[in-house]
Amino acid sequence: MSTDGKFGDYGGQYVPEALMPAIEELEDAYERYVLGNEDGFMDEFRTRLREFGGRPTPLQRADRLSDRYDREVYLKREDLVHGGAHKLNNALGQVLLAKYMGKDRIIAETGAGQHGTATAMACAHLDMPCEIYMGKRDINRQRPNVFRMKLNGAEVNPVTVGRGTLKEAISETMRDWATNVEDTHYVIGSVVGPHPFPSMVRDFQSVISEEARTQAREKMGRLPDSVLACAGGGSNTMGAFAEFVDDDETALYAVEAGGSTLDVDEDAGVAPNSASLTTGSEGILHGARTTILQDHDGQIMESHSISSGLDYAGVGPELAYLVDTGRVTAVNVGDDDALTAFHRLSQMEGIIPALETAHAFGYLERVAGPDATGEHDGLGEFVVVNVSGRGDKDLESAIEETYERDIDIAPNMDEFTGGL
Amino acid sequence: MSLEDAFADGPAFIPYLAAGDPDYESSLEYVEALERGGADIIELGLPFSEPIAEGPTIQNAVVRSLEGGMTPTRFFEFVEDLDVSVPLVCMTYYNLIYRYGDDHGPRPFVEKAASVGIEGFVVPDLPAEESGPLREACDEFGLDLVFIVAPTTRGERLERMMEQVSGYVYVQARLGTTGAQTDVSDQTGASLDRLAGYDVPKAVGFGISSGEHAQRIVRSGADGIIVGSALVDIVAQGHEAGDDSETVADRLETLARELKDGAVAGASQRPPHPERT
Repeated sequence: MSTDGKFGDYGGQYVPEALMPAIEELEDAYERYVLGNEDGFMDEFRTRLREFGGRPTPLQRADRLSDRYDREVYLKREDLVHGGAHKLNNALGQVLLAKYMGKDRIIAETGAGQHGTATAMACAHLDMPCEIYMGKRDINRQRPNVFRMKLNGAEVNPVTVGRGTLKEAISETMRDWATNVEDTHYVIGSVVGPHPFPSMVRDFQSVISEEARTQAREKMGRLPDSVLACAGGGSNTMGAFAEFVDDDETALYAVEAGGSTLDVDEDAGVAPNSASLTTGSEGILHGARTTILQDHDGQIMESHSISSGLDYAGVGPELAYLVDTGRVTAVNVGDDDALTAFHRLSQMEGIIPALETAHAFGYLERVAGPDATGEHDGLGEFVVVNVSGRGDKDLESAIEETYERDIDIAPNMDEFTGGL
Repeated sequence: MSLEDAFADGPAFIPYLAAGDPDYESSLEYVEALERGGADIIELGLPFSEPIAEGPTIQNAVVRSLEGGMTPTRFFEFVEDLDVSVPLVCMTYYNLIYRYGDDHGPRPFVEKAASVGIEGFVVPDLPAEESGPLREACDEFGLDLVFIVAPTTRGERLERMMEQVSGYVYVQARLGTTGAQTDVSDQTGASLDRLAGYDVPKAVGFGISSGEHAQRIVRSGADGIIVGSALVDIVAQGHEAGDDSETVADRLETLARELKDGAVAGASQRPPHPERT
């Protein structure tokens, strides 16, 4: 694994000069505390992940899915991490690191609100003041998470520029950081941004694959044939893949949001998907060279997904690199199939997944479900799906989206409400 | 005329406007008004959709310009259509430079910029560590590469940057993003002191909005002043009020002259400096 900030040609540090000293300071702290365990940082991180975060999460056999797909399907239950998603692994790590660095203020951005709530929880737990930037549109889509952040004592700053989603919120948080760089740490929520963020966030999240690897040996007596994880920026993806990257026998599938279509309207500056790995191209966004959704001039396009957590125009540089080298296979699942999978997992396993996570299950259905041709089935006998988060936060939009679409397995609420 | 030459006859006044803000034709008039007001170099913004180093004023200008259809190709036409004789610097973000043309990399953009008469670049998201390919292309086509020195820049980073810089150094007066301020930070003096040993003109920007500011900055040792947001504010206010472009251009010219006069006054009040004589 790279620690110099470059993954092939990807990665790097493309940030305003005013941020460079903070980036260098963070790089130094990353090397000392995270890689070097100075002052027992990693020991404390692991203890807090266990006691506050509720780790390890189970690797659970999904009995009915295993029957449906005629193979062994195991679920890595990151939805059971405190707060309901893998996001806490990273937020806790970074807020703790900021404390070790002597910073006294935390800022973060959030899309779906999962990273924002995780950061707010970690800040409350570690007694740090916290401000979260969130797009106005996302605030409207994710009200329960906004309330949760405020419950934990964080300030939530609405971002109104542009379309008011994650992309704009990241730019706004970078501006705050450039202004208050001396006392403030910016907790980036995914494996994106300038070095050392992509490596550091991967390291904090790699606890997922570290546990999964050990648990697979215990439960299956072997490593899985494949690991599936949804990919927006790519933090749960890299977390689920990191410790398997050197295991050539395990195939790795990054499932992106195919949105409503993979066709891109360059003139309108809109990509009706968030599939950067599939439909994007190389460029520089938010501090790193990576794969991004952009028009022919290099302007960043607005992305789309039914899941606001995947709705981002870029992806982590390491993930882009692993796809280029062929180690990771990038696939995508559209809004309708993700929503159907959301209902299916809820009904068959009693797990309401985040809409992000539902994309990974949508892919499983496509290649291994009853309607699959078997043609693209490279998943093998033992499959691990990373359940990156739970779907409670998505209920409002799931209700709305379900009734806008014709999802045949969706529950019928008409008998109770006389229609919605 | 090269960028460095623009500093030969006293302090340089370097205004910034986003090209195409709020529309192509008015923007041409506005940039030309800056020259009438005494600009020695003009920084022309080529708008990028994610301007992470900019404050709200310039960010909004970027949005207006992009909505008006500004693209790199249009930008080069804009430069050709401009009737100004002072050197022009293109200020933009690296992705636009990197993506221009068929082969990815900065060379096609630099070649095109040189052909329309651009003299140099300021690229706020390209630190010295990543700027090798752009520096190389600039050398090939004879363009300058201006770097921004922040109040936090020192030591090895400063050295590395000063090895690559040409034309002038953009001294960031305070931390944060661009935007007009009512006060000019005393971080400027410290930054100028750190740069005293380097033989390249030092132009101070971020927060300068009046002739009095300009005077103070030049008196404290700056070789030039860079002003963006205060001028962009005039464009924005004129646009919102529906004023005709001639009126807005007059206002720009008036503020430009005030800033230039302030800079000149500041130079005459400068205490004799041993290194400058």
